[in-house]
Amino acid sequence: MKHLAVLAALLAPLPALADVNPADWDAVLAEATGQTVYWNAWGGSTTTNEFIAWVGDRVSAEYGVTLEHVKLTDTADAVTRVLSEKQAGEDDDGAIDMIWINGSNFAAMKDADLLFGPYAEDLPNWGLVDAEGKAVQTDFTVPVEGYESPWAMAQVVFVHNTETMPDRLGSMQALQDWAQANPGRFSYPQPPDFLGTTFLKQVLVDILDDPSVLATPATDENYDAVTAPLWAYLDELTPNLWREGKAYPATGTAMFPLIADGELDLSISFSPGAASTAIANYELPDTVRTFVLDKGTIGNASFVAIPYNSGSKAGAMVVADFLMSPEAQARAQDPAILGYGTVLNMDSLTAEDRAVFDGLELGIATLTPAELGTVQAEPHPSWMTRIADDWSARYGVAQ
Amino acid sequence: MIGQHVTVLRNKRDLGTLIHTRRPILPLLPALTLLFMLGPVVAGIWGTLLPAFGHLPAAGLTGPSLEPFRALFDWPGLPRAALLSVTTGIGATVVSLAVVTLLLAGWSGTRQFRVLERLLSPLLSVPHAAAAFGLAFLIAPSGWIARLLSPVMTGWDRPPDLLIVQDPLGLTMMVGLIIKEIPFLILISIAALGQAQAQNSVTIAQALGYGRVTGWLKTVFPRVYAQIRPPVYVVLAYSMSVVDVAVILGPNTPPTLSVQIVKWMSDPDLSMRLLAAAGAIMQLALVVGALAFWRLGEIAVAHFGRRWIASGARGKCDPIIAQVALFSGGASVLAVLFGLVVLAIWSVAGYWSFPDAFPDGFTSRNWTRHGPGAFAALGETGFIAVVVAISALVLTIGCLEAEYRHGLRVTQRAVWLLYLPLLVPQTAFLPGLQTLMLGIGAEVGRIPVMLAHLVFVLPYVFLSLSDPFRAWDTRTGTVAAALGASPDGVLWRVRLPMLLRPILTALAVGLAVSVGQYLPTLLIGGGRVATLTTEAIALASGGDRRAIGVYGLMQTGAALLPFAMALLVPTLVWRNRRGLRHE
Repeated sequence: MKHLAVLAALLAPLPALADVNPADWDAVLAEATGQTVYWNAWGGSTTTNEFIAWVGDRVSAEYGVTLEHVKLTDTADAVTRVLSEKQAGEDDDGAIDMIWINGSNFAAMKDADLLFGPYAEDLPNWGLVDAEGKAVQTDFTVPVEGYESPWAMAQVVFVHNTETMPDRLGSMQALQDWAQANPGRFSYPQPPDFLGTTFLKQVLVDILDDPSVLATPATDENYDAVTAPLWAYLDELTPNLWREGKAYPATGTAMFPLIADGELDLSISFSPGAASTAIANYELPDTVRTFVLDKGTIGNASFVAIPYNSGSKAGAMVVADFLMSPEAQARAQDPAILGYGTVLNMDSLTAEDRAVFDGLELGIATLTPAELGTVQAEPHPSWMTRIADDWSARYGVAQ
Repeated sequence: MIGQHVTVLRNKRDLGTLIHTRRPILPLLPALTLLFMLGPVVAGIWGTLLPAFGHLPAAGLTGPSLEPFRALFDWPGLPRAALLSVTTGIGATVVSLAVVTLLLAGWSGTRQFRVLERLLSPLLSVPHAAAAFGLAFLIAPSGWIARLLSPVMTGWDRPPDLLIVQDPLGLTMMVGLIIKEIPFLILISIAALGQAQAQNSVTIAQALGYGRVTGWLKTVFPRVYAQIRPPVYVVLAYSMSVVDVAVILGPNTPPTLSVQIVKWMSDPDLSMRLLAAAGAIMQLALVVGALAFWRLGEIAVAHFGRRWIASGARGKCDPIIAQVALFSGGASVLAVLFGLVVLAIWSVAGYWSFPDAFPDGFTSRNWTRHGPGAFAALGETGFIAVVVAISALVLTIGCLEAEYRHGLRVTQRAVWLLYLPLLVPQTAFLPGLQTLMLGIGAEVGRIPVMLAHLVFVLPYVFLSLSDPFRAWDTRTGTVAAALGASPDGVLWRVRLPMLLRPILTALAVGLAVSVGQYLPTLLIGGGRVATLTTEAIALASGGDRRAIGVYGLMQTGAALLPFAMALLVPTLVWRNRRGLRHE
């Protein structure tokens, strides 16, 4: 049978099977039953892995969808996979049914027509999402247009151990001064890790007098001038980093043990509740707190997207919809589980659902929504690509 | 023997075969084995060469062009990444070979050596990744050694800001390789010693006034080295292109060339695959160059060695050298053992702050959290390993039996064929194999992963079983045949039962090799095949030491348990047949 299929694919690529219509939700549910969804998501965080396993149990019980978590070290692996499959003519049943995707990979995949959609705004739980107040309509300035659905809100917070570093810092310049006085006690994940590149963006957004230029694509004309202050900043900061900048932590979670051991006093996180969660798991001491800068910090939404060649699109949509349900959102926000910000609008919820959110104990290290302050917009992805490449050339190799 | 033309069958009885059909399958096995072992390597290199020269029709690119190589040479990290591969590879090989040689020279035949040998044998099967994690947990600034010594002896109440793990020179990575290569080389050398009549030579040399070490080096080493040359080359090629150890212990600013190739392979930008392919060809060239350099080094050592022998120096520093070798060997054993101990502690640790020597409390929570995932991965790991190891065993026995029945002779060249898949760097052909498989629309998943594992498992199983199989006293077979047993009957009812222990050991070797495979599982499995090794390395980037402890221990257990069984089962089965126990 398999030979026949290969032969058929070689002779005349079959037209793609008609996809299920997201607007016809009953049909989606019917088709989803019995499907297996391969969700490619970063696998480096135990708490996230456990949450995904729980989602798997729930969608299996509720909708008969089997969820398999394909643990990635890098989301780009999944993008490569879909690209290669498209090149190889595998258009109907690719290896990946859903991706936890970041802004630059979303831009790349949407641009290359590798995504299924639009579907997100047809999901039943979309009505509960805070589409106006939260940055879920654009991803790194790229319009979403229903090609991915949000499931968590993230915002940059700085994580500090109050035992060794009692006071918060108000700006990136304050961080520079503090690092000078306390060399070796701060680091950020090595770009192109997303948190590492986020730190670079945060520096740029904070030290530029007018960061609005970042909302438009970088050009050959303005790139050097706009980023010059960033490189000056980093040239000064690097010798004062942990290990003098000769080695970097691989990811954000890899910095938790460094704080717990006392190697670092300060680090950065993209999840306001992660520190509280880590305290609950003995990964951080209970003297850890978080802060944001005076001018605010960068924030964005976490999305899932469905590749165009998934063989289980209906199942993937059911999972995507479940991720936006009050049940899943409340669990994700619980700092004992994940501590991720919700994408839902509290006013759209039933009183019963809302009480669940109100009852959550956010944890000692988590800032309240008011304390999180202003959410700054992500720069256009073109900035990030060039900055990450330049960072690698300047600090990542051949020092 | 593998790769040799099988001559005409000599009599009808030979047509009775492993399976009872009319078509003889036994004579085909050597060719089939060769195909399984070298086919993927050749195909993979082909699949790497094409994109390296700009030919990737899947991406709409047709070559040939030198653009990928131009892009490779434009990468600012290339000089250091390439240099790192060379220095860590040659450094690890020189040091481990030197320690092993001096250990054998100074101590072989002594009580201390037997203790060391007993400790080293199980260490051979500890997966590289687990050993590397253990080492990192030991020697990092916040590692166990610093914790045990602090604050009393060091005065540290916080870990010092020292660059030990991931140092830019790759020294820690070299140590991680050395502690795993020493057991390998020492066990290979002990096997070679048996044929070198070492004791006689050393006795004569000592009678002539030579020190123990010098006498051994001058009389025994040349004969032993001639036999262990292929495995030494394997160690060199492996150390230069290893990925998992480099990810855990190696530098990142920049990483080694092999790690960078894997990074390029996973870039969403398809043109990076061309860069990866060009890097893979460069990696291959580096390994070939290093092997040639090593060969020149051999000639130089032989030249100066002859002069040294002719000089008649009796060896004044022998006792010191012997002590240093014993210390290095012992330290290497202890590094792996205590690495496993600290993995075990982390796997049950509650909160554990620096500089406490032990955690505040012990908890089963880490195991209840990570246990289910680890056991699922264990199932996948075990299934793949069992299928691959048994296939390799069947092919190996088939080859050896074909060699015996048809009177084939093994040439030195054929032995090199066995080592070929281990000499070609994994990063040179696995990316190409993945691209090729995608190009023909082959399904990713377990079966391709098993075939990829077989490439690496077959040589080890063959090397492990061939000596005992050939050493079997064929007169036993003649007696059985005289009593009316068919060739198959002799094989199944006499030879294999008598060889139960070496067969189980070969199986255990195959299982351990399969369990430890990282790159074949990652690249050929397309992310869908999650074994203990791929899961553990995925955790490395997250830095959760408790999770790494759980997975590292499970991985080690999966590799060690078969060896324990290989020791235990023959003892139980042959408890009333002392002569069959091979003890």
